[in-house]
Amino acid sequence: MKRLAWPAGILAALLLVNLIFTDHFFQIEIKEGHLYGSLIDIFRFGAPLILVALGMTLVIATKGIDLSVGSVVAISGAMACLQISTLPSQDSIGGVLGAIGVALALAVALGVGNGFLVAIVGIQPIIATLILMVAGRGLAQLITDGQIITINSDPYKLIGGGYWLTLPFGIIIVAVVLALIAFVTRRLALGLLIESVGGNAEASRLSGIRSHGLLIVVYAFCALCAGIAGLMISSNVSSADGNNAGLWIELDAILAVVIGGTSLAGGRFSLGGTVLGALIIQTLTTTIYSIGVPPETTLLFKALVVTIVCLLQSPAFRAKVFRSRRKPAPPTVPAGEKVTVRT
Amino acid sequence: MFKKIMALVAVGVLATACGSGGDTTAEGGAPAASGGGDSTITMGFAQVGAESGWRTANTKSVQESAKAAGIDLKFSDAQQKQENQIKAIRSYIQQKVDVIAFSPVVESGWDTVLQEAKAANIPVILTDRAVDSADTTLYKTFLGSDFVEEGKKAGQWLVEQYASETGDVNIVELQGTTGSAPANDRKAGFGEVIGADPKFKVIASQSGDFTRAKGKEVMDAFLKANPDIDVLYAHNDDMGLGAIEAIEGAGKVPGKDIKIITVDAVKDGMQALADGKINYIVECSPLLGPQLMDLAKKVLAGETVPTRVVTEETTFTQEQAKQALPSRQY
Repeated sequence: MKRLAWPAGILAALLLVNLIFTDHFFQIEIKEGHLYGSLIDIFRFGAPLILVALGMTLVIATKGIDLSVGSVVAISGAMACLQISTLPSQDSIGGVLGAIGVALALAVALGVGNGFLVAIVGIQPIIATLILMVAGRGLAQLITDGQIITINSDPYKLIGGGYWLTLPFGIIIVAVVLALIAFVTRRLALGLLIESVGGNAEASRLSGIRSHGLLIVVYAFCALCAGIAGLMISSNVSSADGNNAGLWIELDAILAVVIGGTSLAGGRFSLGGTVLGALIIQTLTTTIYSIGVPPETTLLFKALVVTIVCLLQSPAFRAKVFRSRRKPAPPTVPAGEKVTVRT
Repeated sequence: MFKKIMALVAVGVLATACGSGGDTTAEGGAPAASGGGDSTITMGFAQVGAESGWRTANTKSVQESAKAAGIDLKFSDAQQKQENQIKAIRSYIQQKVDVIAFSPVVESGWDTVLQEAKAANIPVILTDRAVDSADTTLYKTFLGSDFVEEGKKAGQWLVEQYASETGDVNIVELQGTTGSAPANDRKAGFGEVIGADPKFKVIASQSGDFTRAKGKEVMDAFLKANPDIDVLYAHNDDMGLGAIEAIEGAGKVPGKDIKIITVDAVKDGMQALADGKINYIVECSPLLGPQLMDLAKKVLAGETVPTRVVTEETTFTQEQAKQALPSRQY
């Protein structure tokens, strides 16, 4: 749990900034029969990023990376909206479920393709998924015919823009997916297997782990998460934009994973850290809008915060700073932290 | 040279044919004045891509008006890449088209290929977007929207609407992609007009990247940080459409509790305007095909054309939107 202390502290610091500079930031009220407030917004708009980042966490734990998630987000949203726009009645629940099924199946198929390139063909993950990152945008635009598809479907609207029991439906989806991943990776052996493949794929294979199949499953699952995120994003605005949906979300997701304490070198991962990381990014975005950072300097502001976050996350940096402040700091702090692998 | 002679001969034959027919007086007038011959004009058009409904309408307009004007159009789609566009322009030069028109993907880096066109004596017309080349002799004219003027029109409507208002008018602004020409100019034009009266206060202004998703996200944050918002000014329809969802989610009525002004007038935006969710839209028209063909004919006829031609554009209120909606092409 100690590893989560830093990201949690950073999130708390960001919220503190809002407590000082933004009025009503922590105010939560019931409007139109659902919860309403800035904190709810952070969860609502952060939900797709949390999902994508969770999938990315498992991929990164296998020492891989998936750059194609942004394109998968666009493809899945485009596919679902295209299907729904052709329905005789856009409010028919069966038709919407069918459209969602087709979109998610397509996302999984693309993920299996990524996994195949990485595990069987042996292409470097960054290159293998770069292919789909570039081609996928084109595919999404092909599906939407270069237009923005606007739909008017209440059941579809629920996924990303609706509420259930006063809670945003997206948060519920994220909670379910998170519980599922936590169960299969931490209560079953899957997490250990993923970490062992990430530590050394060849050694795991020789010791009897089917690393090829495992890799394909992980990439397919990551694409599935991106697919669900794509449904949320397009549902939130009732339209599919092949050009802009999920643009650069892969970079935000990787950042969330890293802030959360998962090593890009593979071999270990922290689901709780990733969720915190994604929440930090979304809180930062909301903070920028709320306190009114001028748009010209937004990127610089973000970069500064991320730099500070990464420095605080670095054991070497912390050891140096804290050693100079308090003399008797033990020199083995970084090594000691690395040994405590499981949380 | 041989081709030009052949073209002249062809024009001569056609002119006599027309003359003997004794009809089509309107068309007959132009070739007589030019001597260059406009019935056989070949135009090479290098489009940016097909990234939005606006762009697709732009493409359609160019293609249809070329057909209507009897111009042979060679069309290429650059898929938002400058190198593709340069390739397309080079191939037009090799094919010896009569005139080249294109919408530059980016502003800079066009000097070399435009020099080649100039050396080959092929006039170039820019459409929709400008280039930042220092040598303005490289192109004949630039046909496109005046984004500053669009911002001013939006501001003028606001000033008229709130003419009798004595208290403060709180405005929030959703800007386009930071640093893009439409975002900079629409902000500047709007600010210039409303700046004359101190009661107009822009209390928050952020970039929504011209997309619905960002428009909604930013508007949601605005609504929470600023309880009193009277007016929303969005730099395009899509951000405005996203913001409408955020306003509805906050339990307010878009168009009534918060007045909304947007720019573009694409079909979805016009629908929202007709439904009363948007109050005013300043048009940014992609239908510049007829003006382009007209300019091409004038340039080839040797007439002097102004170096800057502004697209013919209008504005829409809710009533006008209801009338215009059925015939809206994009």
